[in-house]
Parts: sequence; structure tokens; C-alpha cells
Amino acid sequence: MDDAGLATVLLAMLAGAIRVSTPFLFVALGECLTEKSGRINLGLEGTLVFGAMIAYGTAVETGSAWAGVLVAGLAGSVLGGLHGAICRLKGVNDIAIGIAMMLFGTGLAFFFGKAYIQPVAPRLPSIQFGWWSDHPGIAKALEVNPLFLIGIALALAMAWAFRSTRVGLVVRTTGDSAPAALALGINVDLVRFLATAAGGFLAGVGGAFLSLYYPGSWTEGLSSGQGLMAVALVIFARWNPVACVGAALLFGAAGALGPALQSIGISRGYHFFNAAPYVMTLVIMVLSISPKRSLKGAPGELSIVR
Amino acid sequence: MAETTFSAPSYPVADALDRLRRSSEFVVIPLLAVAASAAIFSLFLLLLGKSPAEFFGLVWRGGFGTSFSWQNTLVRASPLVLAALCVAIPARLGMVVIGGEGALVLGGFAAAVAAIPMVAWSPPALTLAAMAAAAIVAGGLWIGFVGYLRHFRGINETISSLLLTYIAVSILNFFVEGALRDPSDPNKPSTMPIGPETMIGPIPGTSVHWGLVVGIALCLATWVLMNRTTFGFAARIAGGNVRAALAQGLPVGRIVLVSTALAGAAAGLAGFFEVAAIHGKANASLIAGYGFTGILVSFLARHNPLAIVPVAILLGGIDAAGGLVQRRMELPDATVLVLQGITFLVLLVSETLYGRFAVFKPKGA
Repeated sequence: MDDAGLATVLLAMLAGAIRVSTPFLFVALGECLTEKSGRINLGLEGTLVFGAMIAYGTAVETGSAWAGVLVAGLAGSVLGGLHGAICRLKGVNDIAIGIAMMLFGTGLAFFFGKAYIQPVAPRLPSIQFGWWSDHPGIAKALEVNPLFLIGIALALAMAWAFRSTRVGLVVRTTGDSAPAALALGINVDLVRFLATAAGGFLAGVGGAFLSLYYPGSWTEGLSSGQGLMAVALVIFARWNPVACVGAALLFGAAGALGPALQSIGISRGYHFFNAAPYVMTLVIMVLSISPKRSLKGAPGELSIVR
Repeated sequence: MAETTFSAPSYPVADALDRLRRSSEFVVIPLLAVAASAAIFSLFLLLLGKSPAEFFGLVWRGGFGTSFSWQNTLVRASPLVLAALCVAIPARLGMVVIGGEGALVLGGFAAAVAAIPMVAWSPPALTLAAMAAAAIVAGGLWIGFVGYLRHFRGINETISSLLLTYIAVSILNFFVEGALRDPSDPNKPSTMPIGPETMIGPIPGTSVHWGLVVGIALCLATWVLMNRTTFGFAARIAGGNVRAALAQGLPVGRIVLVSTALAGAAAGLAGFFEVAAIHGKANASLIAGYGFTGILVSFLARHNPLAIVPVAILLGGIDAAGGLVQRRMELPDATVLVLQGITFLVLLVSETLYGRFAVFKPKGA
């Protein structure tokens, strides 16, 4: 690979990191909020797919991409709320419910999505940060979707809220010790229900990004485990919303590796590089989790890290 | 009722009744859950202006109505049985493994690859044995790795097994569209066919392949292993409380590794039968979702190997009727997925009912 090729790949990976990371970021922030309250929602993969479908459908019907984003968020919070409501029942396992929600959300999305595979929906607009450059690659790389910026702002806001607001403290207490929260008069089930519903909203918005911006159409193979990788991403980011941004960018770059190499004509190992994000997720989990000690920053009530 | 009148001397009868009470809870509640799911799904169909009666009628006809549809059902049930074992065995250890699809895909791929150098000279029986061995080893290592990560690295098995599924699919696609692609097949990227003389024939008098028989045998073997051996006893203790098991000096790490490897081997065998009895080669058709439906089968069976077979036949029948439903009612093929999702959710909700009904409580001495 010569220098020009390398530069193209790096540029494509930067562009890809910004584009591909946005759904990771939203799902991760949603999952982070839910997990902070002491529950895990593995169903966000299904929420992501359903959000993508309903966002696309809404955009086709109304002609407004942003209406699609809003409806996807609302649909996501309904799915999240369903998870939250079921998990409060005694003797129900939140991981198993997550798997069922994954199947349910995907099934619903495929069922209602059949009609929207053909029509073309309006896409979300992007902001051109590359206007100063004549290089078409740089200009393309710096085309940023507003949702990416909203995601970063949201991460900062969440970090601040967890650290210095009453609501943040309530969520953290619920996640660290349900008995302590009960003693403080907090309604643990309600907090978790709301945290799961809000997390579902964010995952739905992440799905809207997939169908309305990049890749920018509705197909049944649209999401390939992003919702699930986000769960691993949250662990890697140690339940810190700001660290989620960096982790999402890293995952985005890994996801962009295959297409970036394809752009300079290396397509032989396409499927091999496609596996890169999954391999990286596993490696990161191996590196960041130790069976000997509990994780720093982990909510004490979380079943998945115990 | 009559049983309340039994007094102290009639212990054997009272004990038997109590056992019946306790075990009927595990049958009645799942049946209630299935009935409730059918009701919710009917509501869903009514909202869409479709007839639930027509739907269930078509499922009956397409899945169980004729001898032809029964055979179609059983052909689909056999990978489900094996894939469900991939969930049920680790479930005894308290692990939720959802990566059966990956082990199935990789098992099928390994089987097809093992056959490539052998078909030219080897007798079919030997080739098939090598294929089955390759599938068992590939599947076993794949899910065994999940067990290793869980026990020795503390990584959640649910997440790692699903990630490994995506990796397995990538491995299949990478080789099938690259180095191992059969150049003479211009349509669908596939490995070299194993040839009709090597393929497993059906059970005489039917179109059902032997995978179903093997699946049923493995379910029985798993039941014996888990309920009648010291290994199974140790596994259940480790599933109940890891610390207690370690304090007892049980080799928990080895139990986890063996159980997950067995689980993966079962799913790998499912892939072997898909290649050796259905497709004759490895390609994207292996990624048919049997591994995911197997999760639902195992949960519906409450991870009891003996219950897996009837549940797999039920879900196989719904799957088999999918095409008929699609054509006659103009419903998308994802209808079956919606029904499965609703059933799964209602079933998990029904978990909360255990121990709440006095009818199932033992009353004897």
C-alpha cells in the first residue's frame, strides 16, 4: 500500500468513525443510563432495528426526516418501557427478557418494514465542516450529522447530571444498592422503569440514524449487532458517558475498516474486516474485565458484571 | 376434593399426588403462557384486519395436517432440537448462551470443509464420520471458548456468544466467497458439494433425515447426564451457587468447560446434518435462524431435555406453515418472528406465576 492509499484509508476511517459511531453512541448512552439504574437491557438491538424501520416509514409518510427521528425515539421508549415493566415482576430475569425483546423488536420491524424496503425517504441533513478544504476526501470526511453533535452534548449533559444533580444521584443510588435506595424512600421500580424507557428512546434515535443517514435506507440487514456491541462498549467505558463517546468513535473506526479498504480496491478480505468490530469488542472485554476484582464504576446491582 | 380426605397412614398416595402437583405446575404454566400468547397474537391479527382462525387453521394444515406437512415439520424440528440443547445444557449451570447459531454455522462449514479432500477416494461412511467429527469439534471449541471466557475471564456468556455468532458468520462468508468457493457454481457462493452418494439419506419411508433421531437420542442422553450422574449433580450445584460449589471442592471450571463444549457440539451437529442431509454444501443457507429459534425452544421447555423434542416439533410446525400463511393471507414471512417474540415475552412473564397458586403446593405430610 503506497502513501496515497494509506492516506485514503485513514481518511475514510476517520469519516467512517464519525458516521458509523453515531448509532453506537446513542445506544451506548441509553444503555449506560439503564445500567446506571441497576438493570441491563439486551433488547436494545431490537429497539435499534425497530427504531430504524419506524423512522424510515414515518419519514416516507410525512416527508420529514426529523419527524422520523422523534417517532423512532417514542417507539423506542415504548419498547424500553415494556422491558422495564416486565422486569419489575418477581422471578423474571432481565437478561432473558432482553433476548426476548431483541427477537420481538426485530420481528415487528421486519413485519411492518416490508412495505418500506422500496420507497425512498428524505435523509437527515448534514453540516459541512470541511468547507475550508479543496480536498474532496477531507470535505466528505467532515460532513457531520447534527445527531452526532447532539450525542456528544448529551454525553456531557449526562455526565454532569450523574455527578451533580439530584436525579443523577437517585439513579446512581438505585443502581448501586436497591436496599439503600428503598431506605431513602426512592421508588426503585419506578426509577428503573423510567431509566429503561429513556434508554429505549435513545436507542430508537440511534436506529433512526441508521435508516435516515448512514447507510440511509431501510433493509432487514441494517443492524448487525450494534445494539449488542453497545452493551460491551458501556462496560469498556466504565459507565462514564463521556468515555462512551471515545469508545463509540473507536468502534466506529473498526466498523469502517472493511469499507475503507474496499474504497482503495482491497476487497478480498471484506468479510474478514467486517468481523473486526466483533473481534475488537471481545478483545476489549477480555482486557477490561477481570474475574478477580469487581469493576471500578460498575453499578453494584448489575447482574452482568457479577 | 378427594385428596384432602387422606389421613396420615396413606403416605404413598399422598406423596404421589404431591409429586404430581409439583410437576404439573411446570406443564400447566407454560401451556397457559402459550395460550395467552396465541390470544395476544390473535388480537394483533384482528387489529390488522386478518382472521386469527384462518391463521391457526393454516398453521395446522401447513404444519400438522397431512403426512407431507408432518415430515416438513420434523425436518425443521431436528436442527431446533440440537440448537435448543446448546441453550439447555449451559442453562443448568445458570448460563444464558445464545450463540447456538454461530456454532451451527461453523459446524456446518467445518463439516463441508472436512469432506472436500475426502469425497474423491473415501467411502461415504468414512467421509460422513469425518464430517460429523469436524462439526462436533468446531462447535464444541466455539461454545467451549464462551465457557472459558465466562469462567476464567469473567466475561458475560450472553454477550460473548452472540458476538461469536457474528464472527462465525463472517468466517463462513469469508471462505465461501473466497478461497473455498466452488468455481463451477455461478449462482450462490458455496463450498464444493459433497456429492449425492455421500449425503445422508432419509429415514426409510419418510423424507425426514436421521438428525431428528440423533437429536432425540442426545436429549435422552443429556437428561441422564444431568439428572442421573454425579457430573450432572455437580453441574446443578454449580448452577445454584458457584461459591458453595467451589467450597465443596467441585471442579467448577472443568464442569463449565465440558458443559459448554457439549452444548456447542450439539449445535455443531445440527450444522453437520444441515450440510450432510439437506444442502449438500456449506453456504449462506446455513444462516437460517435455527440457532435463535432454538433459544425459544429451550426456554419454552424450561431447559428440560425431555420437553425440548415436543416443543421443537411445535415450533418447527409453525415454521413449516410459514410459507402457506404467507401465500394465503398475504402476511410477510416475519409473521412467524412476531409470534415467536410474543410467545417468548409472555413465557418469561409467566415465570413470575410459579409458586403463586396453592393448587400446585404439596399438601402431604
